[in-house]
Amino acid sequence: MKIGPDDIRTVARLARLNLTPEEEASMVTTLDAILTYMETLNALDTTDIEPTAHIIDLETPWRADEVTNEANTEALLANAPARDGNHFRVPKIID
Amino acid sequence: MTTPLHDLTLAEASARLRDGSVSSEDLTEAALARIAATDETWHSFITVSADEARATARAIDAQRQSGAAAGVLAGIPIAVKDVIATAGIRTTAASKLLEDFVPPYDATVTTRLKNAGAVIIGKANCDEFAMGSSNENSAYGPTRNPWDPTRVPGGSSGGSATAIAGRQAYGSLGTDTGGSIRLPAAYCGVVGMKPTYGRVSRYGVIAYASSLDQVGPFGRTVEDCARMLGVIAGHDPRDSTSVDRPVPDYHAALGGDAAGLRIGVPKEYFIDGMQPAVEGAVRAALDTLGGLGATTSDVSLPHTSYAVACYYILATAEASSNLGRYDGIRYGARQAADDGLASLYRNTRALGFGPEVKRRIMLGTYALSAGYYDAYYLKAQKVRTLIRQDFDRVFADVDVLATPVAPTTAFRLAEKTSDPLAMYLVDVFTNPASLAGLPAIVVPCGRDEAGMPIGLQLIGPPFGEELVLRAAHAFEQATSWHRERPPEPAGAAA
Amino acid sequence: MNPDLDRYEGVIGLEVHAEMLTASKIFCGCSAAFGAPPNDNTCPVCLGMPGVLPVLNRRVVEFAVRAGLAIDCRIARRNRWARKNYFYPDLCKGYQISQFELPICEGGYLDIHVDETTKRVHLTRIHMEEDTGKNIHDAHGDSSLVDFNRSGVPLLEIVSEPEMSSPAEAGAYLRKLRTLVQYLGICDGNMEEGSFRCDANVSVRLRGATELGVKVEVKNMNSFRAVEKAIAFELERQADTLDDGGHLVQETRLWDADREETRSMRSKESAHDYRYFPDPDLPPIILSEDFIETIRRALPELPDARRERFVSAFGLPAYDAEVLTSRRDLAEYFEAVVAAHGNAKAASNWIMGDIIRLIHERKLDDAPIITDWPVPAANLAALIALIDEGTISGKIAKTVFEEMLTSDESPRAIVERKGLVQMSDESAIQAVIDEVLAASPDKVAEYRGGKEKLQGFFVGQVMKATGGKANPPLVNKLLMAKLKA
Ligand SMILES: [Zn+2]
Repeated sequence: MKIGPDDIRTVARLARLNLTPEEEASMVTTLDAILTYMETLNALDTTDIEPTAHIIDLETPWRADEVTNEANTEALLANAPARDGNHFRVPKIID
Repeated sequence: MTTPLHDLTLAEASARLRDGSVSSEDLTEAALARIAATDETWHSFITVSADEARATARAIDAQRQSGAAAGVLAGIPIAVKDVIATAGIRTTAASKLLEDFVPPYDATVTTRLKNAGAVIIGKANCDEFAMGSSNENSAYGPTRNPWDPTRVPGGSSGGSATAIAGRQAYGSLGTDTGGSIRLPAAYCGVVGMKPTYGRVSRYGVIAYASSLDQVGPFGRTVEDCARMLGVIAGHDPRDSTSVDRPVPDYHAALGGDAAGLRIGVPKEYFIDGMQPAVEGAVRAALDTLGGLGATTSDVSLPHTSYAVACYYILATAEASSNLGRYDGIRYGARQAADDGLASLYRNTRALGFGPEVKRRIMLGTYALSAGYYDAYYLKAQKVRTLIRQDFDRVFADVDVLATPVAPTTAFRLAEKTSDPLAMYLVDVFTNPASLAGLPAIVVPCGRDEAGMPIGLQLIGPPFGEELVLRAAHAFEQATSWHRERPPEPAGAAA
Repeated sequence: MNPDLDRYEGVIGLEVHAEMLTASKIFCGCSAAFGAPPNDNTCPVCLGMPGVLPVLNRRVVEFAVRAGLAIDCRIARRNRWARKNYFYPDLCKGYQISQFELPICEGGYLDIHVDETTKRVHLTRIHMEEDTGKNIHDAHGDSSLVDFNRSGVPLLEIVSEPEMSSPAEAGAYLRKLRTLVQYLGICDGNMEEGSFRCDANVSVRLRGATELGVKVEVKNMNSFRAVEKAIAFELERQADTLDDGGHLVQETRLWDADREETRSMRSKESAHDYRYFPDPDLPPIILSEDFIETIRRALPELPDARRERFVSAFGLPAYDAEVLTSRRDLAEYFEAVVAAHGNAKAASNWIMGDIIRLIHERKLDDAPIITDWPVPAANLAALIALIDEGTISGKIAKTVFEEMLTSDESPRAIVERKGLVQMSDESAIQAVIDEVLAASPDKVAEYRGGKEKLQGFFVGQVMKATGGKANPPLVNKLLMAKLKA
């Protein structure tokens, strides 16, 4: 087993996903199979191989420090599930 | 016998608009009527933007009558995959979570379509957040293959492919992360193209795996794809990974011959367990290309068999991060927070995401988490380097690579849904070019014993779009597979 | 100090987040200015809407390099962005774009002065990242509100090595760093508004031990005093806990300024796993030698250099130079006064005395940039000139100064309006002296009999009779001549 129910719960918590017991069980089976398959990569010696993060050779382009956006608050808040005036509203945050 | 309007190719429709024998309104009404008649069966669309399309069509017609210069796609009804933002038209990414999301912005490709005069007819169905190979992961129900509605159209851009195969639009846009344009193109018997990574802007394209995602066109012909590619390609200052280099005249690359083309045939793409009809059709296509003056040679891409594992680690890792923004705070369907703030996240994401999206978020989160990063994510990044180097080596000797698109033709709905790994392995021939960021086109090259379409994949070196277009066009002109059409759905008016 | 602390030594490292003074945000064209109505300074990018992408503000890189050069860091010619993944309502994408294993600056140091000694505090790194929005708590019983105006404002995170051992050292480091970023023009240094924030990593260990103790991260301090108090509290708490045989846990604690104590954060998610990985949306940052050299050449004079110049060019005492250069605006004010009238020592005395006293009284110490000086530099210079040319005495000058605080008039106009011009006419003073001496013949006799300290009495009488306007050296001279005659 590459991954068990405890790992699944830890990962689900990290990813903020509520899993039902059935989902949890199916996650264990399928992720275990997938991760086992991914072990095939270990057959390759990658000791001196550079990792590829970007497939094309680019530099981060820069833009000038200019304010180009104007307030468009109503349109930007139109999709909000809960608002309070021009604030987004969420359940109470406890530090 | 006159061809019904919906049966015209994009190029033919453009010509008719130019000579004044049809109006954009005619084409738009034809497309809307066709969708109304057939989409019950195929379900290519999540949203049909009929009102907006009619308004655009009328505006374009008026423009044309007043003699104003018309864009390349002026008046042509185009379908857009529902992961591409369209201002004022809901954009769901086929997810329940974004059921009511109406973006206040256009993706850059949407803007480019609009600037070229295209009529956006609707938002094409796809796998949720472009995660899938069968289009069965749409929260709005699966798209069905027009050639056989008991079979899948391929994913994730299934609706974009069926809209073309089913004559519901004259062209469409999809996105390809690990094969999501090429697989549906092959399964549905149309032309689909994934450009070089960086060739087309990703701005406003709902991200699945940012280092792999690219937008590309579907069309009935290579020429139609070339026209659309010319419109959407080009540098975008809003996408830091978009490449600032001139866009060639892709249409001019379609010379109709393959003389002197050096075609490599990677032996790793012909594997045990492959459907014989697929191998047969691809080998026959190679003979056809040989007959057109191309030379073919066997080459080796030794790391091909590692691509699926490599791809699914990297893509899911990026996805787990890209999908962190769906928290039900600024947009999206929020679920009740029964237990404070933390439950807002857990419930919104648990009920908003479908099973495959959750699986990939879990997988990607795991691959990036403390203690596993090196073993999975970093390892996969290194294997990605090896896969790219394979391609670098062979492109020193050949112009394009010719391969099958998938080991089989379209499978039946529900055939693979219980075995995610089997579903992932469908991507075995499309993941490598994705990882290497290469341009690749798919053209129809045959049918199997059940009548299902088979595609030929032509892969080019970075920014070698003209080469693959030229090879695909030569093949297409010498064959008639692209002229075949699926049967009419039961009950639909032809 | 708690006697326990004698057995232990503190190990303190500081993480400073400085909001950069750019016009626009780090990855979009929204304004980075403070004070807009809620969510007005937002766009799809800084709200993390689906599909949108970041484009880097050039000035952010310039500012980071400027800071790195000023602190003697190694500037990474190739550095890159990483995503820091976590969930919080003010974080719009589920990740923060930051830098992780390849930051833009590494190394460097600041020399701080505490108790007459100089200590070198090394830096670990400086990196660029985006700020989050703001959660507004307690607004309505059961909900919180979120404003994304600060989401995407560029930040410089400056991380020190754990090389400080006392609250005073931490305070000195922080003040020095703030002075520096203000001098560099990259941050306004306002701790109260949160544009200059500090988290402290605090641990204790037995004096002489080499292993590090259990590290506690302290947050939520919004003034220099709060940082010093919170660290002092935390050092004592940790020492007490250990002395009582207790165990310390690695945790994050919040400083409660009202109760003057740190408390453990209630949220359960204490074990973070940020799953950093290179941001696929942003290719690496490549810095050319040319780019770096251009910034190096344009660096302003830094506080240490300016302090040395104040000593050598103006002959100021080291202490005065230290105080005057502790803020860029103060140093510039001083230089403006001296530029208008060249008496540097007098300018220093006035600023070190009355001006700084008033700054304290008006609670401007923590202001990012002082613009409303008690009196304009030109007027302070004019006042000093009036003394130097003998128009008024130093004593009268104090009166004029008080008047200047409430009047826009020039010192000269005030002096003229109030008739405060110094009396330097010998015959007029002589006449007053004659009157004073004539009025106290017995005291004159006593003086002449050897009681010389009565001279002060006579001077006082003359000054009183002239309303303080008589030129004091002249009074002395003429008085002596008369008495000794
Ligand atoms: Zn913005």
